[in-house]
Amino acid sequence: MNELCLVTIGSVPARALEWIEAATSEWFPLPIRRLPSLPIPPGSYDSKRRQYQSVEIMKMLAQSAPRDAMRVLGITNVDLAIPMLSFLFGQAQFDGPVALVSLCRLHQEFYGLPEQDALLRERTVKEVLHELGHTFGLVHCAEPSCAMSLATHIELVDAKQEQYCSRCGSQLVERFAREGGV
Amino acid sequence: MKKNWPILVVDDEEVMCESLAAWLREDGYRVETAPNGQKALELARSTDFAICFVDLKMPGGMDGIETMMEIHRVRPEASIIIITAYATVDTAIQAMKEGAQEYIVKPCNPQEISMLVSRILKLKKLQSENAILRKKLTRQYRHHDVITKNPRMDEILALTQDIASLRSTVLIRGESGTGKELIARAVHFSGNRADKPFIVVSCAALTETLLESELFGYEKGAFTGATAQAKGKFELANGGTIFLDEIGDISPKLQADLLRVLQERRFYRVGGTQEVEVDVRIIAATNKDLGEEVRQGRFREDLYYRLNVIEIKLPPLRERREDIPLLAEHFVQRISSELGKEVAGISAEAMKILIVYDWPGNVRELENVIERAIVTCRNGKLDEQDFSWLQPGNLQLQDWEVPDVPLGELERRAIVAALERKHGNVKEASTALGIDRSTLYDKLKRYEISHRG
Repeated sequence: MNELCLVTIGSVPARALEWIEAATSEWFPLPIRRLPSLPIPPGSYDSKRRQYQSVEIMKMLAQSAPRDAMRVLGITNVDLAIPMLSFLFGQAQFDGPVALVSLCRLHQEFYGLPEQDALLRERTVKEVLHELGHTFGLVHCAEPSCAMSLATHIELVDAKQEQYCSRCGSQLVERFAREGGV
Repeated sequence: MKKNWPILVVDDEEVMCESLAAWLREDGYRVETAPNGQKALELARSTDFAICFVDLKMPGGMDGIETMMEIHRVRPEASIIIITAYATVDTAIQAMKEGAQEYIVKPCNPQEISMLVSRILKLKKLQSENAILRKKLTRQYRHHDVITKNPRMDEILALTQDIASLRSTVLIRGESGTGKELIARAVHFSGNRADKPFIVVSCAALTETLLESELFGYEKGAFTGATAQAKGKFELANGGTIFLDEIGDISPKLQADLLRVLQERRFYRVGGTQEVEVDVRIIAATNKDLGEEVRQGRFREDLYYRLNVIEIKLPPLRERREDIPLLAEHFVQRISSELGKEVAGISAEAMKILIVYDWPGNVRELENVIERAIVTCRNGKLDEQDFSWLQPGNLQLQDWEVPDVPLGELERRAIVAALERKHGNVKEASTALGIDRSTLYDKLKRYEISHRG
C-alpha cells in the first residue's frame, strides 16, 4: 500500500494533524492513514539537556512502522536534539521511509511570545514538507523561500514559503512517480 | 557540487556519528563514519576527505589528537574539526597546535556548524581553483605536460630540450591540432629566453597588409587610421621568441620581408625610414609540405632553408594511438574540473571508440570531443552513448547524394554551410568542420568567402 502514515508521539494538538493532512495531500497524492499515537520512549529523555534524543524516537518510529507504509511521519511536541546539535526542528532518514517533526520550537510561546495559531500552522507545514522532502532524497536548497532550505533558527523557517521551489518540486514529482506514488 | 567534498565523522559513540552524518547528508554532502582512529585512517587512505570531524576523547587505541595527526599524514589537505564535550582551553590549544583547523564544543548550534562547514569549503574551493589556474598557467610551458608514451614524441621532447637555449630557427611541421604551439612553447620556456616574451602570430588569420603591420608595426600616418606609432610583434618579442603559425600561408612580399629579418635581425616599421634591430628567436609552424610548396614555386627556397634549420615533425594522433587513452583521461580530468561537472572517467567500450577513430583534427579534435561529451553526459561517466556520433555509421549520410561538382567546390559549399549554421562564427565553424581555425581562414581566403568579422 502506498500510504503516508501519520503518527503522534506523546501529546500533540489535534488541529496540527489536520494542517498536516491538508498540506501533504496537496504535494503527495497518497492515501493518508493516522496510526495510533505512540508514547515518548523513556530512554530518549536527556535530563542534563532537558531534551529528547531524536535518534531514539526515530528508532521507535522505524520499528513500529507498518510494513506496507510508503512513508511514516512522526509528530511530537517535545524538544528534539542529537548529541552534536543543541536542537532540531525535525529529522528524516535521508532517502528512507521515516521522518519526524517537532512542534516545540515552532510555537511562539517557546520564544516568550503570545501564541499565534496561524503562524504555528505555517511553520508546521513548512517543516513537514522539509522533512518529507528529505525522505524522497531532496537535499537542502539554496533558495531561502523553498521549503527545502536549511533553517537553523526560527526566522529562517519564517522566511520559507509553504511550498517547494520549482527545481525541488519537479525533482520530487519525478522521484515520487518513480516510487509509484502517482 | 557538495558531493565533491566528502566528510568523515569519527566518534566512538554510534549515535553521535550517525546523527551528525545524517544531518550533513541532508545538506547534500557525502559522509562516511568511523568508530575509531584506526578505521578513520583506513577510510582516509581511500577517500580524499575535505573535512574530518574527530571526537577528542575516544577510549582505547588512538585518541582524537593522534587520529588527527595520522589523518594529516595521509591527507595533509584535509581540514580537521576537533569535537569535544567540554570546552577546555588546554585541549583547544593543543588541538590547534597539532594542526586542527577548528575546535567545537558539543552540543553546538546548528547554525554554528553549518557556517563552519561552508566557511571551510569556501576556502577549499578557492584553493582548488587557485591550483587549477596555476596548473593552467604552467601546463602549456612544461615538457612533462606534453602527455605521451609514444617513442617518436619522446624523441621530439628530448630534441626540444637540446635546442631550447639555442637561437637557431625552428620549423615545426604537423597536421592541424597536433600541438605545434605546445611544442613551440616548450622550446621557449625550457630555454634561457623563458623569462622574456613568447609572442604568437597566426599568419593565416590576417590579410597581407594587416599581417605586415602586425609583424613589423607602423609609423604614425603610415596609412589611414595609423594615428600613432605602434610596435609590431617582432619588437614586442624582443629578447624572446616569436611563433609564426601557418607560415606556409604568407604572401611573396612578406616572405621577402621575413627573409630579411631572419638574415639581418633588422626591419622597417610600415611607413618608417629608420631600421629597428631586434634579438628574436623565430619558431615557425605549418601544416603544409613546405618542400613541395617550394617546388611549386609558392614558397621562397631561400626562406625555406633559413627557417628549416631545426625541423620538428609532429606525428598525427592516429600514428600515436597509444596516447589516446592517456590524453582522453587527462582531458576528462581537466575539462570536468574547469566546467565544474563531476565525471568519473571513460568506460572501456567508449575508450575503444576513441582509439579506433582516425582523428583528422588530431589532439585538438579529441579535446573538443571530450568537452562536448562532458557537457552532454548524464550518467557521471562517459560511455559509448556519449561518443556514438563519432562512429561513421551515425553520420546519417546514407541518403546524401554527392553533387557532380569539383572537389574544391564541395569543400567551398561545406564551409559556406558551416558558417551559415554557426552564424558566421569562424571558431565554431572550424570545430564543426573538424579543422583548425587558421586552416579555415586559409580556405576562406582561397575560396574568397566573405564572413563576419
